[in-house]
Amino acid sequence: MEAFGLLLHGFAVLLTWKTLVLMMVGLVLGIFVGVLPGLGGPNGVAILLPLTFTMDPTSAIVMLSCIYWGALFGGAITSILFNIPGEAWSVATTFDGYPMAQQGRAAEALTAAFTSSFIGSLVAVLLITFLAPMISSFALKFGPPEFFAVYLLTFCSFVGLGREAKHKTVISMSLGLLLAGVGMDTVSGQLRMTFGSAELLRGINFLVAVIGLFGISEILLTMEERLALRGHAASISLRVVLSVWKDLPKYWVTLLRSSFIGCWLGITPGGAIAASFMGYNLAKRFAKEPESFGKGRIEGVFAPETAAHASGTSALLPMLALGIPGSGTAAILLGGLMVWGLNPGPLLFVEHKDFVWGLIASMYLGNVVGLVLVLTTVPIFASILRVPFAAVAPMIVVSCAIGAYAIQNAMFDIWLMLGFGVVGYVFKKIGTPLAPFTLALVLGNRAEDAFRLSMIGSGGDLKVFWSNGLVGSITTLAIVLLCWPAIDALLGRVGWTQRTRTTSR
Amino acid sequence: MRIPVKAVGAATALLLSAPAFAGWEPTKPVEIVVAAGAGGASDQMARMMQAAIQKNNLMKQPIVVSLKGGASGAEALMYMKSGEGDPNKVLIAYSLIYMLPLSAKIPFNWRELTPVSVIALDQFVLWDNSAGPKTVKEFVDAAKAAAAPFKMGGTGSKREDHVLTVFLEQKTGAKFSYLPYKSGGEAATQLVGNHTESNVNNPSENLEVWRAGQVRPLCVFDKERISYTSKVTDTQSWADIPTCKEEGVDVQYLMLRAMFLPGKVTPEQQAFYVELFHKVTQTAEYRDYMEKQALKPIFLTGKDMVQFLEEDDATNKSLMTEAGFVAK
Repeated sequence: MEAFGLLLHGFAVLLTWKTLVLMMVGLVLGIFVGVLPGLGGPNGVAILLPLTFTMDPTSAIVMLSCIYWGALFGGAITSILFNIPGEAWSVATTFDGYPMAQQGRAAEALTAAFTSSFIGSLVAVLLITFLAPMISSFALKFGPPEFFAVYLLTFCSFVGLGREAKHKTVISMSLGLLLAGVGMDTVSGQLRMTFGSAELLRGINFLVAVIGLFGISEILLTMEERLALRGHAASISLRVVLSVWKDLPKYWVTLLRSSFIGCWLGITPGGAIAASFMGYNLAKRFAKEPESFGKGRIEGVFAPETAAHASGTSALLPMLALGIPGSGTAAILLGGLMVWGLNPGPLLFVEHKDFVWGLIASMYLGNVVGLVLVLTTVPIFASILRVPFAAVAPMIVVSCAIGAYAIQNAMFDIWLMLGFGVVGYVFKKIGTPLAPFTLALVLGNRAEDAFRLSMIGSGGDLKVFWSNGLVGSITTLAIVLLCWPAIDALLGRVGWTQRTRTTSR
Repeated sequence: MRIPVKAVGAATALLLSAPAFAGWEPTKPVEIVVAAGAGGASDQMARMMQAAIQKNNLMKQPIVVSLKGGASGAEALMYMKSGEGDPNKVLIAYSLIYMLPLSAKIPFNWRELTPVSVIALDQFVLWDNSAGPKTVKEFVDAAKAAAAPFKMGGTGSKREDHVLTVFLEQKTGAKFSYLPYKSGGEAATQLVGNHTESNVNNPSENLEVWRAGQVRPLCVFDKERISYTSKVTDTQSWADIPTCKEEGVDVQYLMLRAMFLPGKVTPEQQAFYVELFHKVTQTAEYRDYMEKQALKPIFLTGKDMVQFLEEDDATNKSLMTEAGFVAK
């Protein structure tokens, strides 16, 4: 109940006209940067950070975090309409969101995305409100072996639960792992695969790759097939929104499962990306007709969006409580906190109550206001689809290029993006899944570092991955998931999963 | 409070600016290049300077912080090298300018850049978990007696933290397994979570967990104690931490924080930035920051700076060679 009182105090701090206006401004700016592919949350927050130097910390963080919420909502728009994920965790949203848009169900997909984002963050904020002290001590339990186990779990769930041919998933993942190795190796302090090029020093940026793999390759495919973006039925009204909401209770298991995965992975630093993929894969695994995923199923939007936003929100907790940013945007917010003289750490919750609870209260308000704001503007965004493809395509390419350039201010990244566009095109043509490739590119480095640090610490003993209950159960779960097809077949023979197998055929 | 600070800032600005550089000032936004990730010590310092310059109106053009922490900071070095003649980029450098070219064979030499000023010196402290040994002697004894080597967390491989670990091994005879993390913040939380036994973080990197009573400073790697005497925790100030030499482990290392322009800029451009950063060191923001992060204030420029850099380079080179970290 103490948390409740503090939260009320937070609302009291927040409810001044000045803060509310800043909140709206932040949300609108955020949606705007979110809609531009590649610009996204981190860049938006970084660009606007200096504006807040003269504000008091609470107003400043409220405005910045609202830019963040806005960008999160906005990021779903490009994923669904153009198959271009703005943030790493929007990748899984494209799997079903984009097909839905192509079938003329863009408005439905957008509504689903916004609603599930809202639900995901709401669950996470509730968690933060009531469990903050406990969670930060949970996050401290994560050393190198635990981190590696989580990454392993993500990789294994992809191979074991994915519906694509296993060998293709593994090939795609291995290529991603290979490219993730380019650049400086933290553990040995040596350069790898840079071939003396200064441009390759910093490695291959994940977002640059994603913009190319998904955005540019999509444009290439559409050009080849002479398809227009089909958006005739995108004219929506309150009716579509309400009909999606009416169906919500049907998907409560998916929503709850994804929220849980999101919160769990969000508080383990860096887990937000893994969460969206895992949420999607599990929804697919437990669905009655897994084959229909990837072809425009609304659950395929609900699952990753809920998980991503639950984790994106709960990722702020380790940032505040431990000073470990869980995402790029959180890292920039962290920089902001320091400028305002607030040092994230265990004492922040004790010494700066106003600030912390003001921020938490702003998560509630920002999400509600944000949801209303994006829902009322859905028709505007959906109408982009009615513009002729010939006019939209060049604009998308240009904004992709700007996005790729802006990440590191490097011209080389634009060439890299185009290169990845071709790679993505080839992958799609030969029916190799792109998702494992992207996943490996994001997590490859961290997984490798975590593994090698575990090995240094244990003196090369693999038993370290079963050295305590936490790491042991995650590792075991990972191996079970990897071998799931075999286990499934075995159980099927005994007759346990007969029912699901027949219904799935 | 604000007004007097601004007034002082403006007054010093007037006094210093008039005769010194009538010649040149930036015509484009100026970029502070950070050779580390978001939230690290360099980033924090860059943001402090950004705020100090903006709040005190030290420059007409806006100033932006640009993070180039890729490849353990090598990205920033190459970026500065390729920016020859561009007076709108300033690098906030630290010991990586000596170490990276040696360990990873990065084709970079700080002599190709234009030195502006040394603005601070950063300390290193030996820390352990607050549940661990209480003194350096107990710590060393425990490390020697341990069945598996003590784990020492640090930032990056073959860099200052790693060098210090090697010298700690040499002076004490204890063995450590060094775990290179991506940032000092990560090394701090890993120590708190008991995943490592110790680290050699800068004061700023462990400040918050120290205040929360989760870690204990054992000794500072300098010939004298840190000068700040106001209480940081309930019972201790920075000055209460003994030097490692006092505790019988004679290992010393200080790390520079210095500003550089790209090569081939004009003397007028260089002079502008020397003045600018001199004015920054006069601001309240700078002084607060130095005390809070327990940095040693210093301001070197011109010949003094070059002499300092040459000596520092030689010291780092011999340390790296002795530790066996120089790539063949």
